[in-house]
Amino acid sequence: MTMQSTIFGVFATLLPSNLPAVRCDAQGDDWLRLAKELHASAARLLTLWGADDRDRNGSFRIRAAWLTPDGLVIAEHRIADTERPSYPSLAELFPSAARMQRAVFDLLGIRATGSDTRGWLRHSGWPEDVFPLRRDFDAATNYPAQPTPYAFVPVEGDGVHEIAVGPVHAGIIEPGHFRFSVVGEKVLRLEERLGYTHKGVAKLFQGTSQKLGHRLAARISGDSAVAFSWAWCAALEAITRTVCPERALHLRALALEHERLANHLGDLGALGNDAGFAFGLTQFSRMKEDLLRANADLFGARYLLDYILPGGVGGDPPEYAVAQLLHLYRELADGVTSMRNIYDEHAGIQDRFRETGRLAPDLAEKLGAVGLAARASGIASDLRADHPWPPYDKLAPKVVTQTSGDVAARAQVRLDEIAESLRLCRALLDGLSDGPVRTNVPPAEPNRAGIGLIEGWRGPVAIALETGPEGTIRWCHAHDPSVQNWPLLEYAIIGNIVPDFPLINKSFNLSYSGQDG
Amino acid sequence: MFDVLSRMARTGILTETSAAVPSNDELQRGIYRILGRALCIRHVDAGSCNGCELELQALSNPYYNLEGTGIKFVASPRHADLLLVTGPVSVNMEEALRRTWDAIPDPKLAVAVGDCAECGGIFGKSYASRGGVGDVIPVNHTIRGCPPTPVAILIGILEVLASASEV
Repeated sequence: MTMQSTIFGVFATLLPSNLPAVRCDAQGDDWLRLAKELHASAARLLTLWGADDRDRNGSFRIRAAWLTPDGLVIAEHRIADTERPSYPSLAELFPSAARMQRAVFDLLGIRATGSDTRGWLRHSGWPEDVFPLRRDFDAATNYPAQPTPYAFVPVEGDGVHEIAVGPVHAGIIEPGHFRFSVVGEKVLRLEERLGYTHKGVAKLFQGTSQKLGHRLAARISGDSAVAFSWAWCAALEAITRTVCPERALHLRALALEHERLANHLGDLGALGNDAGFAFGLTQFSRMKEDLLRANADLFGARYLLDYILPGGVGGDPPEYAVAQLLHLYRELADGVTSMRNIYDEHAGIQDRFRETGRLAPDLAEKLGAVGLAARASGIASDLRADHPWPPYDKLAPKVVTQTSGDVAARAQVRLDEIAESLRLCRALLDGLSDGPVRTNVPPAEPNRAGIGLIEGWRGPVAIALETGPEGTIRWCHAHDPSVQNWPLLEYAIIGNIVPDFPLINKSFNLSYSGQDG
Repeated sequence: MFDVLSRMARTGILTETSAAVPSNDELQRGIYRILGRALCIRHVDAGSCNGCELELQALSNPYYNLEGTGIKFVASPRHADLLLVTGPVSVNMEEALRRTWDAIPDPKLAVAVGDCAECGGIFGKSYASRGGVGDVIPVNHTIRGCPPTPVAILIGILEVLASASEV
């Protein structure tokens, strides 16, 4: 991004990040005006979060970040009224802001004007006048749960009935509640209620050592551990101006691509299974296991939760790694090609996949879809290609898209991304230079802000953090792309039949833990 | 169809035996000796990051072939002998976990899977987390790891069965 001093007339400064990023001071009317300008220029809302700065300047703060073709734009809005703090809602312009704003209220007590007042992350575990993310709230305080009903939006009409599912689901999956309003088999409306796995991550980050925060980041959503821990490290390294060794960057990208491959392989198997084709699950889960075992052998763990560390990575693979990985990639490429043909030619699979759970491109655009789900609905956006950070700047990653927006499209995007990911892995091995895999990261000065952005397998993962005194973190906001994409599922299911829900849900495979925080 | 059959033939049988884990036949005999029938497991994620779930799912892949040993995951707690719980128990999942446990008929066993389920792990106890599974329901056995490997989970399930049979 060029060195701009204003964005739509608002003063802006560069913000440390692995991507081009600027921060704007959007006081008073500028907050909404900036949002409108960004909306008109087709910017995509990335995330929205709040902070308690009453100890510093007697105010709360609300921040929103958008992805634009030039990079990331972050607007910051101070709220001086600490008795009844509020700010203008962005949900009319950016529908995905609605749940983020509800989450901000539950944790900080800052209300978006005119927004839904039902609790989102707060169910019944703490009183409604208690806001855990405020600085004067002691994290160790806990309250007995007092179950309270949740006001689902009722659907009325002849023959309409409700099906309640969850939070405990029938399979080995995360918890959440789905309320279907149906006529016969047909779904008229789905309303999601999430927040069951809220673990108070943002509060835990407060006061954490800069040396250890990546461990918590990796556990925000275990299937995206590499993306989150890299985003965390990218933010800290940008703040401290640390340059990671070339070899470490290549190994990080390999780990990220392995994470993408493992999840895509798992999902493609599960999609086959949900369509009644268990053979698909057997074959893909076998390939996934081969990859996980290679991870364990070469990187020290099946799931790389603690591999990415500030300044580099936590281990150098042995010399035989390159040959072993190239062999594995060949096997995976062969296996996936053969399975792709089998899925393509299987009438039953195609019957279940096509036209099922369709999210039309214009709707995906309007709802602010991101990542894999957006790409399956025609939105060509992938941080690795749009704003490539090292080492992706040398790899020219290809953005994979489909336009039909159905289960078949989301399966196809995964298949094509596996092929592209394998190409990237080979290129990364090819360009793997000798040298150290970690460098020292000095403690950051207090009150420095930065943001790390990584394209995980679901979409863009963001970690915004601000440093505190003596090598600690003052606050940290982690964002999972599932936050934007969960509402897409509510639209994609409309008009489909109940038995297709597991298949449609799996085709998005969104994170509960990542959204709940 | 030809592609499917040819791929099956080329893949062969992958289910493996290792020194760490008894073979599927031994496992099956052990389970049968202790229970007199198949072991039915219900899983509840009480607030996990989804890491442990991935490894539980891996147990069903052809290498571990869990169902081949006579262990199966069931959809209802009413059908279960054993409850596997992952994650710290989030405040928002406390009630659902208790109700699932209460819905399992006696005799029943509970196993906490993963470091979070043991003690809350990295999430500890807070306004949002009750800590480990043992802080909410009685736990017979704990399987450590972040996440525990499929082999560690298998061994843990065997250990709890063995200790239950001694009682």
